[in-house]
Amino acid sequence: MRLTCEIAVAQAVGALSRRSGRGGGTTLPGKVLLRLDDGAVTRLAARLPEGVAIVSATNGKTTTSALAARILGEGRLLCHNASGANLLSGVASTLLDSRGSDMALLEVDEAALPEVLRRIEPRALVLGNLFRDQLDRYGELESLATAWRAAVRVLPASTRLVVNADDPVLGNLAAGRAGSVTYGVDDPAQARPSLQHAADSKYCVSCGAPYDYAAAYVGHLGDYRCPSCGNTRPPLQVAARSVRLDGLEGACFDLVTPAGTCPVRLPLPGLYNVYNALAAAALCHALDTPLAALVAGLESALPAWGRFERIAVGDGKTVTLLLVKNPAGANEAVRTLLSGAEPPKLALVALNDQTADGRDVSWIWDVDYEPLLAVADRLVASGDRAAELALRFRYGGMAEDAVEVVPALEEALDRALALTPAGGELVVLPTYTAMLALRRILAARGHVRNFWDAA
Amino acid sequence: MKLVLGHLYPEYLNIYADRGNIAVLTQRAAWRGIEVEVLAIGLGDAVPARADLLYVGGGQDREQALVAPDMAAKAEGLRSSLDAGAALLAVCGGYQLLGRSYVDAAGALLPGAGILPLHTEAGRRRLIGDVLLECELEPGSPRTLAGFENHAGRTLLDEGALPLGRVLAGFGNDGQSGFEGCRLGRALGTYLHGPLLPRNPWLADWLIAEALARQNGGVPPQLAPLGDALESAAHDVAARRARERGGRF
Repeated sequence: MRLTCEIAVAQAVGALSRRSGRGGGTTLPGKVLLRLDDGAVTRLAARLPEGVAIVSATNGKTTTSALAARILGEGRLLCHNASGANLLSGVASTLLDSRGSDMALLEVDEAALPEVLRRIEPRALVLGNLFRDQLDRYGELESLATAWRAAVRVLPASTRLVVNADDPVLGNLAAGRAGSVTYGVDDPAQARPSLQHAADSKYCVSCGAPYDYAAAYVGHLGDYRCPSCGNTRPPLQVAARSVRLDGLEGACFDLVTPAGTCPVRLPLPGLYNVYNALAAAALCHALDTPLAALVAGLESALPAWGRFERIAVGDGKTVTLLLVKNPAGANEAVRTLLSGAEPPKLALVALNDQTADGRDVSWIWDVDYEPLLAVADRLVASGDRAAELALRFRYGGMAEDAVEVVPALEEALDRALALTPAGGELVVLPTYTAMLALRRILAARGHVRNFWDAA
Repeated sequence: MKLVLGHLYPEYLNIYADRGNIAVLTQRAAWRGIEVEVLAIGLGDAVPARADLLYVGGGQDREQALVAPDMAAKAEGLRSSLDAGAALLAVCGGYQLLGRSYVDAAGALLPGAGILPLHTEAGRRRLIGDVLLECELEPGSPRTLAGFENHAGRTLLDEGALPLGRVLAGFGNDGQSGFEGCRLGRALGTYLHGPLLPRNPWLADWLIAEALARQNGGVPPQLAPLGDALESAAHDVAARRARERGGRF
């Protein structure tokens, strides 16, 4: 009875928030619920007949859970925080709406994961990756890794742990834990020629010696081995082999699982999305989904909003949004753009410095933009820190007159669209709040829906 | 003229875009027709006497601990470089390691190189945010530096030691003294990253000129002015951020 009252109050607050035009009301009801009763989240989670699956990572948690939702949503009513409200308040808000659902699928912010795990015992937990991200907000990567390790140590034995074995910070978390699933890429042809500048965890978690990489795929993700103490990537249970990247069109690979191997045509671009697909497949495998259903779900994937969206804007022109929020993600966006048949000659890059973007913008200097600078004729730098971004391009070797600085996003979008030939594609690389603002502009022009309606 | 830039521990101390500082030093010298050679100085390497300018970046506690003993072992080499007229910029972790010692969050004492007259102790709360300083490296010409700080360490200067600047907004060395960084002749240490030099080009030029002084009869050469419109636009936004939202207790 008490829970029922609390739910009613919290939901009424969310409806009011939406009606008053303050946005989606995706976190406020949860905040109210947590204030009313801290134990409510635990009880809401416990009433789901097929339990809760949690996905956490620095990069790719929204896309991974969107992919898992395609697979798990087949024949099940899922409760899923698809709007990306992934702090404890967003999780609570999502669970408030879970009546009648069979299962909850929750993406959880990497810093919020420990406090969520204190309240919810998940049936399966995906630990995707830890990259350097918003150090001003999350502190050092190592302290986040330490908090994750402590949270994993006290997980109940019933939780199936799903771990990206290619991340040396996470690889050994599955060791000695029954029922855990490891995943990773197994295709040396996709390896970078060397570790990228932005690679974070180059030193052995056990002894501090630099790792030897047989293959480095994305940032510090790869096939690593410590030459000093022998700490090494664990064997992969779910893997991608024979990967082929087709620019912005997508990627093909052979999905290897304990239940067999099957070719997959993934409609999302880039090796980082292959990792997201592997994470979703490994999670659903841990939840006993058959291989054919994994493949069908992945092949029918729709991109998570703003992460990778192609939006028709008239004149036959398309705006392609690729969210970039940290060096590892930005490097992959650049690699994806350049892996296509026609690398872009023009791009709009937008850098904001609000809390959700990271107030510290130093990370743009750790991104390897240089391959893009080498092929682009013109870049439009926009956002609150447009000048800073333009300096990055200029000191990276771009000619002064090839970089346009247009801080106002709407004006920058119009300028970049004017530079785009009819029928052409404008590539946009925005940070988080810049992406939201650009999407709002496109929604006001009738090209896309608002995120709380789209989800 | 040729500038030799010695970059200490580029593999370990590089967390806050330190390569942006290197790119700015390199480009701004090159735009003036000064040839630049960048030397990586790693674990176990000697500090080359021909380095005119030394750079040390920042790292997380873990990388800093891996580097600290080596930095202490390089003290002699660093001191003789500075005595021979080399300039130096140390940022964040590198700044701390050039002091006498660093006591980390776990209470472990890391020995430093003892080059700069200071020591550092980890505090409980991290000091994070935009910062704005006023510096007067040349008497009578005050300049501002805009950057970002993110450090658990509280750095305490020895009696009589010179800071790099006065804090206009933000925390600075320890959040209390009102001062930031340290200056010892041509050697500068600071918590400001961001990276520091792209939006504060006057400091990049000061370092280049000071580093070349020993090839110019001990006098820093006059460097041809560059446009710097973009640089000042970036500085102004960062300075405004510091005034609006710089850290304070």
